[in-house]
Amino acid sequence: MHSHDAHTQNFPIIMQLLLAVPFLITLIAYIVAVILSNRHKKQWSYFRTICWIFGNLCAMITVIGPLASLMHHHFVAHMIGHLLFGMLAPLLMALAAPITLLLRTVPVNMARTLSHILKNPYFRFVRNPIIASILNVGGLWLLYTTPLFDIMHNNLLLYVLIHIHIFLAGYVFTIAFIYIDPTPHPDSYIFRSLILLIALAAHSILSKYIYAFPPQHVPVEQAELGAMIMYYGGDAIEIILVFLLFYQWFKSTRKSIRLNRIPV
Amino acid sequence: MGRLEEILFEVISLTVSKVVEEKNDYYKNRTHYKQRNMWTGILFGLGVVAFIDEALFHQLLHWHHFYDKSTTNMGLVSDGLFHVFSFFATIGSAFLLADLHRKHGFWLKRWLGGIFLGAGVFQLYDGIIQHKLMRLHQIRYNVNILPYDVVWNVVAAILIVIGIILLVQTNQKGH
Repeated sequence: MHSHDAHTQNFPIIMQLLLAVPFLITLIAYIVAVILSNRHKKQWSYFRTICWIFGNLCAMITVIGPLASLMHHHFVAHMIGHLLFGMLAPLLMALAAPITLLLRTVPVNMARTLSHILKNPYFRFVRNPIIASILNVGGLWLLYTTPLFDIMHNNLLLYVLIHIHIFLAGYVFTIAFIYIDPTPHPDSYIFRSLILLIALAAHSILSKYIYAFPPQHVPVEQAELGAMIMYYGGDAIEIILVFLLFYQWFKSTRKSIRLNRIPV
Repeated sequence: MGRLEEILFEVISLTVSKVVEEKNDYYKNRTHYKQRNMWTGILFGLGVVAFIDEALFHQLLHWHHFYDKSTTNMGLVSDGLFHVFSFFATIGSAFLLADLHRKHGFWLKRWLGGIFLGAGVFQLYDGIIQHKLMRLHQIRYNVNILPYDVVWNVVAAILIVIGIILLVQTNQKGH
């Protein structure tokens, strides 16, 4: 990437704004929705509000400001950005239950229409754990093992599109496994656990693959450190995902204990 | 004064018998959940060994390398799968343990047997398949590797034997 420093060093402010403004809007909209709905309904969880604020901040610092510029020509910064933008921000935002908040804020009629839209087969399709994993981890494999990574840094439009994809795929991936918002047609815990295991393994394998075979124009020492950040930093966020999935599973089996009292 | 002592004695013996009774009641379902105690232990043992491997040999001693150029592609896949599976197993077995307690079915000895077996099997897999066949990385570099490999795999075998003994001892019915 060093060879392209000349024309990528100044990541245009307009592109930074294009990526950052949506998060600013969702951040403000969420807080407004909390204030509005608190008037009629019970107090909205502070924990969720804080998750939303930090999730949006994580996303924003990776698309605007010094980290965003550094990410453009330093692979280690790029990887930290990837963890924040593609993994941590989506997780925090999923934990904030934005759909639940939206449904309780808007008038009943509109909420009905919205929940009808959410049952659309398209959402069901992308939220399938296998599809979500392919979109997320499969996309990363495509990005880091083909010339796409190099092309992305020379094409601003592609850069923006890929970043939008990374965030959305991260969010869809999170809600495919962890159900916080209302989820029509839920998948079984055993199925979700198995697919999550394979998807996270593919992420770990990719980290070591990057260590062994750096993407084009990435200096070896940057690729090695970046790969280790992806491997261990990824673990930290993945452990939270696995914990939440198993915690929900543990809670959901509580009912069956009373029903299947075993004879002693 | 004698009256007070009598009352105290009465209270204490009542409390003790109540505790003993509750304790027995607490483990009343353990034979029913015999197999689950074993599997909970196996998963936990596997996770613990993977954790020790990562913390001690990779991070503290720096004996193991993150990546070794001789690693086969199968080695990379195996490493990724087992790395992720180890934290799945640790977290999952912790919830399974909580579930066993919730069902009054915990059996300490059998659970420990599972831990030893799981730990030993993973250690042996790591020592023979991952280190030697898939050449993922060696135990240590720039030394005569043979004694390290022998100690590694003998420890694994000892863990497996202890695990099997504990599991056989707790295998009888209606204990």
